[in-house]
Amino acid sequence: MTPPNDTEASPTVSITINGAAVEANPGELLIDAAERHGVYIPRFCYHPRMNPVGMCRMCLVDVDTGRGPGLQPSCMISVSEGMTVDTESERTQRAQEGILELLLVNHPLDCPVCDKGGECPLQDQTVAYGPGESRFVEEKRHYEKPIPISDLVYLDRERCILCDRCTRFASEVAGDPLIHFIDRGNETQVNTFPDEPFSSYFSGNTVQICPVGALTAEPYRFKARPWDLAENESTAVVDSTGARVVLQSSRDELVRVLGVDSDAVNWSWLSDKERFTYEANRSEDRLTDPLVRSESGEFATARWSDAAAFAAEAFAVEPDRIGVIGGARLPVEGQFMWSSLLTGLGVNDVDPQIGDGLDLDLVRSLPRATIADAAAPGGVVVLLCGDLKEELPTLYLRLRHAAVEDGAALIELSARATGLARYAKAKLHPLPGSIDDVAGALAAGTLNEAVGGVDPADLAKVAELLGSGRPVTVVVGRTNLAEDAGLITRAAAALHELVPTAKFLPALRRGNINGAIETGLARGRSTTEILRDAAAGEIETLVLLGADPLADHPDRALVSSAFDMVENLVAVDTFKTASSARADVILPAATFGEVDGSFVNLERRISPLRAKVTAPGQGRADWMIAAELAVALDQDIDVASLDDVRAQLSAAVPAFADVDWNNMDRGGDGPLLGSSGATGPSLAEIAAATSVAVPAVDGYGLRLVVDRKLWDLGTMVQQSPSLAHLAADATLSLAPADFDALGVDQGSTVTLSGPGGETAELNVSASRDLPRGVAHIPFRASGFDVGTFLSASTAVVDVRVNAG
Amino acid sequence: MSRLNANNELLAKEVIARYPIKKSALIPLLHLVQEQNGYVTSEGMTHLAELLDITSAEVLGTCSFYEMFKLEPVGRYVINVCGTMSCQLLGADELIHHAEERLGIKVGATTDDGLFTLEKAECQAACTEAPCLQVNYRHEYRVTHGDFDALVDRLVADSKKNGSAVIPPHGTLSETRQHIPAGRAVGAVAPDEVDGAPVWLPVDEPEETA
Ligand code: SF4
Ligand code: FES
Ligand code: FES
Repeated sequence: MTPPNDTEASPTVSITINGAAVEANPGELLIDAAERHGVYIPRFCYHPRMNPVGMCRMCLVDVDTGRGPGLQPSCMISVSEGMTVDTESERTQRAQEGILELLLVNHPLDCPVCDKGGECPLQDQTVAYGPGESRFVEEKRHYEKPIPISDLVYLDRERCILCDRCTRFASEVAGDPLIHFIDRGNETQVNTFPDEPFSSYFSGNTVQICPVGALTAEPYRFKARPWDLAENESTAVVDSTGARVVLQSSRDELVRVLGVDSDAVNWSWLSDKERFTYEANRSEDRLTDPLVRSESGEFATARWSDAAAFAAEAFAVEPDRIGVIGGARLPVEGQFMWSSLLTGLGVNDVDPQIGDGLDLDLVRSLPRATIADAAAPGGVVVLLCGDLKEELPTLYLRLRHAAVEDGAALIELSARATGLARYAKAKLHPLPGSIDDVAGALAAGTLNEAVGGVDPADLAKVAELLGSGRPVTVVVGRTNLAEDAGLITRAAAALHELVPTAKFLPALRRGNINGAIETGLARGRSTTEILRDAAAGEIETLVLLGADPLADHPDRALVSSAFDMVENLVAVDTFKTASSARADVILPAATFGEVDGSFVNLERRISPLRAKVTAPGQGRADWMIAAELAVALDQDIDVASLDDVRAQLSAAVPAFADVDWNNMDRGGDGPLLGSSGATGPSLAEIAAATSVAVPAVDGYGLRLVVDRKLWDLGTMVQQSPSLAHLAADATLSLAPADFDALGVDQGSTVTLSGPGGETAELNVSASRDLPRGVAHIPFRASGFDVGTFLSASTAVVDVRVNAG
Repeated sequence: MSRLNANNELLAKEVIARYPIKKSALIPLLHLVQEQNGYVTSEGMTHLAELLDITSAEVLGTCSFYEMFKLEPVGRYVINVCGTMSCQLLGADELIHHAEERLGIKVGATTDDGLFTLEKAECQAACTEAPCLQVNYRHEYRVTHGDFDALVDRLVADSKKNGSAVIPPHGTLSETRQHIPAGRAVGAVAPDEVDGAPVWLPVDEPEETA
């Protein structure tokens, strides 16, 4: 396609709307141009983030382009010079009345019992533009009242006005066309294929954009009426994308989360995890009181001051015998207060990652990209990371859009084919342990021989894309939890060497991990090193800041022995988790939706977290907990309010110096943090200091690939009643050729044996997403804990699979 | 087996290879499923989804849009009697009534022996030959009640002569299958890789520009 030659075109197009001359942008849709100039044209099917289809005809207006006035759908027509538009003409009004009368022919008048009543575009526009009464006296069409089209979404086909928003979203935006128009004419309905539910990770968006009450979300059905809701804008914290959201509550309880259209981040879309995990706030398992382990070994509730004093005693040891794990759940303010507290105590070992992340020196020295950089039209994106659809789903949507609509070229450099594979221009899936060799071969230009099982032809293709001069972004994260993170460090450095202008987007998954890095809550020994030293008796006090390493750290055995050895285990948490249940004292924290604060996303963009409801019981904001401990420990920390914390943060950390705390999201997107001013080692130096000894492949074994699923046994999912049962099963998958070699049926049970002689029985299936020579098992999946097979001390994990 | 059998799967792959975008082969392949099973089976649709790399919902969406794809089993012979104006003026209502009596079923139903499904149809573009009907989409013109009875008798007899039937069972569109020899195939060029006129259009070579 040739781009339009616009060298002579005027920068704007002059049109007349309702008698007023206005300037529109070339190519702009009339419906948008009118709205920008204060004229709202009613609509149902048009959505600014999807391609217009002209389904509903509600946006018909009188348009004259020189050939006389006539009705045109304003969502389908671009502005043109001299266009005259009348959105209030008699002809327009008659059209609007006619369309509404037509839409209401089959629409039930069950608004009093409809969840959408009170915020329904059909209801509102009927009042504003409708004919007042209908001539239709015949029977309306009838369908079985709401049918579940997935575990989370119900569809009432009688209410549907066939606007094609949900179906377009499913195919255009999410890439999961599991709902579709079925049948035709008067029988047309939205539906799924029988027994193939709309199990998209993004299904909740269809509920948000449905212009009537046809689609409802199971967690919100009949929970509240729109006029009872109070709301506040905030940021989603379940992953590091930092999608902008609105929190809605009724009677001091969160009942709904909606996506906000942030141009920089989530374009109004949310994953179902970001949308529905608010349910966990009111889980019965929430910690409401400080808990202190009594002499008898049982937990007893305690007063805050007593619990703080108890916890403070645990800090009365040599500072280098204290290790802190976690912190990514905390808002920036809490992170900074903890960081200050630890500094005051001389504690120098704190890691917000749980052994499943990246080298933090690497993250700090990477030239950062924004999401917009990565999703820029015509760019090249290297996916040196896990499956973004599973780990950072909103980022997945942006990259998918870039590839499908904007000509971005995606290159997969990962352990297996991910959710973005079908849109990728090139795919490299090296054997675990050789990803750095593959990146190294690209950097060195040695493209003639196979490396790590990757075909030289594919290497050449990737080299060509990377050398094409198009801007390159690398999304860097862990593609395989069973593989040493040092390999990713080396691979990232090699890519940087090959394309020095490349920018990087760290795909660290865990919530406010970037806030922790920026506020200094990430220094000294890593979580794995802390745990190792703890297991060796060199750490006396282990502090868990909202971390559950027993479930989250890949090396299960290491965490257990560390917990056994430490004298004091202090936990700050919202739930009693596998780890915090073993603590000596648990301090209950207030969390998402309950406290004000701020969040730094993977671009280093800061955005506000706002309170909407009160925390259950005595849960407190994390900055207050740190302040309370500081008092108990005689630390000189003087903060009385969130503003005090922020003022100190701005003064102490250069990256936050310019943050305008009270106007973070003015204009929609939060700003990017300033430069941290830190000068660390260069990428090349970091890579040179990283050595990983990968054993040779043994001829009989398979190399383990372990990565995450969106629905897993993680706390937030499990504490949300609507989501808990969605957790993926721990199935073992093999490449079709390896599967065939095993000679068993799809789904039969096989024996997996690990390097230390451990064994497990698992169901096996073939998957085309895998290269030969690997065995794939999802992390924290239901039925089998693969963490028992992982070890932090080996670079890769070789396993054997035997039939029966 | 209501997925495509091995032979038909091969055929399906041949058809798919004709298109730059796999999904374009959907309608011909739905006919293939219908030809194999007499109607479009659920398993057949799922199989097509796999072959075309789309979802079953997309297959169903397309399939259910078209009257000629049956989602439930129908008789070996689907008889569509035209009920539109010309035919109606020349006795279509009576013909339909007669057909119902003769076959012992109502419009829309299938006889117990699985031989006949009776349907009322819209104009079949043979108005000059009214009243008319189609058997598996093959026309019969100026049909009298006697003609109808004779037709039914013939079809019953045909159905027993395995193989040499005049009208093939429902689902078979044509008995000669299209096969494009490799040398004559246009080939599957993806739309965004097309930079000239369609290959079958003779065009003047553009003049070389300096
Ligand atoms: S269910 Fe809602 S969004 Fe989907 S087509 Fe119907 S009215 Fe539109
Ligand atoms: S909004 Fe334009 S046709 Fe629906
Ligand atoms: S009216 Fe019967 S064929 Fe046209």
